[in-house]
Amino acid sequence: MGIVKIRNFHQAHWDEPIIFEMSTPGVRGIIPPEVEEEIQAKVGDVYSQLPDSIRRTEPPALPEVSQKHVLSHYIHLSQEVLGSNLCPDVSQGTCTMKYNPRVNEDLVASPNFADLHPLQPDETVQGILEVYWMVEQICKELAGMDRFCLQPGGGAHAVFTAASIIRAYHRDRGEAGKRNEIITTMFSHPCDAASPATAGFKVTTLMPLESGYPDLDAFKAALSDRVASIHITNPEDTGIFNPIIDQFTTEAHKYGAICFYDQANLNGIMGITRARECGFDMCHFNVHKTFGSPHGCSGPGTGALGMRADLAKYMPYPVVEQKPDGSFFLDYDRPHSIGKIKGFMGSAGVVLRAYAWLMMMGPDYLRECAEISVLNNNYLQKKLETIPGEVTWYAKGHRRLEQVRYSWEKLTQDTGVGTEDVMRRLGDFGIQHYWPSHHPWVVPEPFTLEPCETFSKDDLDEYAAVFAQMSKEAYENPEFIKNAPYKCAAHKNKDPHELDDPEKWATTWKAYQKKKGKK
Amino acid sequence: MKKPIVHPYIPNMVPEVKDQMLKDIGISSVEDIYAEIPERLRFKRRLNIPEPILSECRLRQHVEKVLAKNKNCKEYTSFLGAGIYNHYVPAVVPTVMLRDEFLTAYVGDSMADHGKFQAQFEFASCIAELVDQGMVNTPTYDWGMAAATSVRMSSRITGRTEALVPKSISPDRLACIKNYAYSIVPTITMVEIDPKTGLLDLADLKKKMTDKVACLYFENPTYLGTIETQGKEISQIVHDAGGIVAVGIDPISLGVLEPPAHYGGDITVGDVQSLGIPMQWGGGEGGFVATRDEPVYVAEFPSLLFGITETTEPGEYGFGEVFYDRTSYAAREKAKDFLGTMAELHGIGAGVYLALMGPQGMKELGEGILQRTAYTMQLLSGIKGIKVPVFSAPHFKEFVVNFDGTGKTVKAINKALLEKKIFGGKDLSREFPELGQSALYCVTEVHTKDDLDTLAAALREIC
Repeated sequence: MGIVKIRNFHQAHWDEPIIFEMSTPGVRGIIPPEVEEEIQAKVGDVYSQLPDSIRRTEPPALPEVSQKHVLSHYIHLSQEVLGSNLCPDVSQGTCTMKYNPRVNEDLVASPNFADLHPLQPDETVQGILEVYWMVEQICKELAGMDRFCLQPGGGAHAVFTAASIIRAYHRDRGEAGKRNEIITTMFSHPCDAASPATAGFKVTTLMPLESGYPDLDAFKAALSDRVASIHITNPEDTGIFNPIIDQFTTEAHKYGAICFYDQANLNGIMGITRARECGFDMCHFNVHKTFGSPHGCSGPGTGALGMRADLAKYMPYPVVEQKPDGSFFLDYDRPHSIGKIKGFMGSAGVVLRAYAWLMMMGPDYLRECAEISVLNNNYLQKKLETIPGEVTWYAKGHRRLEQVRYSWEKLTQDTGVGTEDVMRRLGDFGIQHYWPSHHPWVVPEPFTLEPCETFSKDDLDEYAAVFAQMSKEAYENPEFIKNAPYKCAAHKNKDPHELDDPEKWATTWKAYQKKKGKK
Repeated sequence: MKKPIVHPYIPNMVPEVKDQMLKDIGISSVEDIYAEIPERLRFKRRLNIPEPILSECRLRQHVEKVLAKNKNCKEYTSFLGAGIYNHYVPAVVPTVMLRDEFLTAYVGDSMADHGKFQAQFEFASCIAELVDQGMVNTPTYDWGMAAATSVRMSSRITGRTEALVPKSISPDRLACIKNYAYSIVPTITMVEIDPKTGLLDLADLKKKMTDKVACLYFENPTYLGTIETQGKEISQIVHDAGGIVAVGIDPISLGVLEPPAHYGGDITVGDVQSLGIPMQWGGGEGGFVATRDEPVYVAEFPSLLFGITETTEPGEYGFGEVFYDRTSYAAREKAKDFLGTMAELHGIGAGVYLALMGPQGMKELGEGILQRTAYTMQLLSGIKGIKVPVFSAPHFKEFVVNFDGTGKTVKAINKALLEKKIFGGKDLSREFPELGQSALYCVTEVHTKDDLDTLAAALREIC
């Protein structure tokens, strides 16, 4: 445990050109393999024989850059990113930014995984089938569910897959037209509303009680035999655990609704409480958060989708099954399947990393992981509560589990500095900009922190000291914070409204040049 | 725990540190925090999962031993494609993708994560040049999802509830479209293909292209490897009926094939896996959606769109979210579909790949694939009982091989090939029973002439 020191940080600032600006006609980055002369002699110039209607004559205007310059350009860009393995990324609450072990990257890069084609015969992929099967067994035990599907490419995708399964389940019960509503809560992830809506459901979103807890009476009032399912996060994004969650599931079941547990916030409750005991029929884990797989700038990810045995027949095909002799196979013969939601078996690299991570944890360290994450969170909360301007929102006298939604409302009232100003300034200390909240901001001037088990006491002390420093700056010189950052790879955007203006926005160099009159 | 070894991933497990933190919080045990969870909801026994392997050395040995049960496409010669492709991965691509900065970043904002935004912007810009359209998203999950998104976008733009797809569509992508688009496009109708050429049956398209149809989604090259050469005629028919033309492409083909925008395509979708992302048993996917830079299209994208702008520092590029209010992060159920963690790292990798390849690399690579494909088809056509090509249209990278004349099933042939350390083409007999005992073969730049000759020799012996 060292001395708390606020770093005199400065991020790399390469002032890097866009790669198209580095282009010189004729320069090469890599040469594809030449076609052998015998082949050329035999088939001739096939390209020239293509019909005019399809032969491309104007080459794509890709950049022409030497290999060294492509590499150095992207190393420069990487140095202008604060990955969570670099910094104490307590900042991205709800995202569980834990350490992503390097050994897992070596395993994913191994030819026995990287060079597997998904259509190889089962007997040639017994290793990866075993990995999938084992991860499913561990997920089943963690949730108390009967089956898990590892195909969804992320949490929102798992929620969508669940909604698709729920749709098929009610259809087969003859209630396709009738069961067209779902219920969620405002502090469940936005995907718990948006993903079922994409599957065709009408969404009712319940606002929390003044205490911050979900409103059971409002929930009961919203229930009817038109409700297909409920989609609830617990602990919610506030970090508050709903202690009567089982009453919600009991009430929903009275009306024949399926209960889906969004367990993106699993980290603080692994081995402590499970979906099954809370009365849920389905749930999902964010494998890329909770099980140590990297976020990759936002994917690839995996949303492991768990369910009751009677819902498993709807899972996307194929499904990993085990034969009596212990070997594994992919079962494509799934007549009730909802079909496909992702190519092949999903993000296999994420599943392999999760396997390695889970095998390094075992039953006791998984629980330890949960315990330390709630300990870290309560420790940081205690420290932050002494900082002028900061308020822990909701549920006074109750402890949060793995994360907290805080508010800078008082700071804003006192100084005019808002949460987005502080968020920008945070980057100047070598710490990732924090996550305020999903929209709408129910909590005023929100920010959400999640100091998972990865972080040391020193990290948390440093983090709290930085917040104390930013609060001091806000009270002493609010303009200074409002114009931040100063030491990040880039400064504040001049006019954020430009990006909402069709005349000015550009997501590609082609569009940018056109709008700037350069092309 | 008998002897609590401090886990290398959990620093605050050290008892003295833990005690100090508990003391600072003012509680005696973590159980004081878990008191928030009532007893009746608590899990009361020890998790029944494997015991931990704490040594990284032993963990690596264990996982490597499990993975050693696999046979890979480096030790075997693979002719499998059908959506995941064995292309060469340039060394620079994984070097960039495995930088901890890119690998472990997430949704941080554009100042401390400037490089992430720029790398994504450059990926989108390279795809924009390939497809010759101005608006490109940050990656979605995969091609299937991108195709399904194009159908939903078309429905919202046109207010129509039906879609057309050709019979040559990838069955898995069709299954994905059917499930994803169902709530607003419940009717997906199949358009015939010409059994001789493999091209879309224009007469059938004309018949089915009614004013209820939001779009035609077709693939080029098709799932069966044929190159659709009637793009202009197809687009004309669809546009005349007020529909949208959505085309799925393999971006690796666009050094030699016209992008759909040049023959009337409105929405272009595809997968980045071909572009330098390792196959990873199918896990290397990442979908993209491109359109013209017109507000009517942009408004319907569900994805994050990263745009370029200026910062307060003169001359400095800044980046941010374009038209964020469309997304479900902002608008929940009122958004355009949903958004979440998708496949951004694969987008960054594909951007690096395209920057390395440049226009010349893409053209040479495409030409080489065309030649190797033609060569392999010629070679195999000389084998007794084997029919290739099955379709007369030109082919890119993939082609159907029919084995009916051999009297053997694809399954039996592939089993025999496996003994010779060859993964034969994908068995199509389940997905396309009308093609009899046929397999979909895939040839890329990784194949040498020796590989192709060896395949022919093996098939000659087996068939």
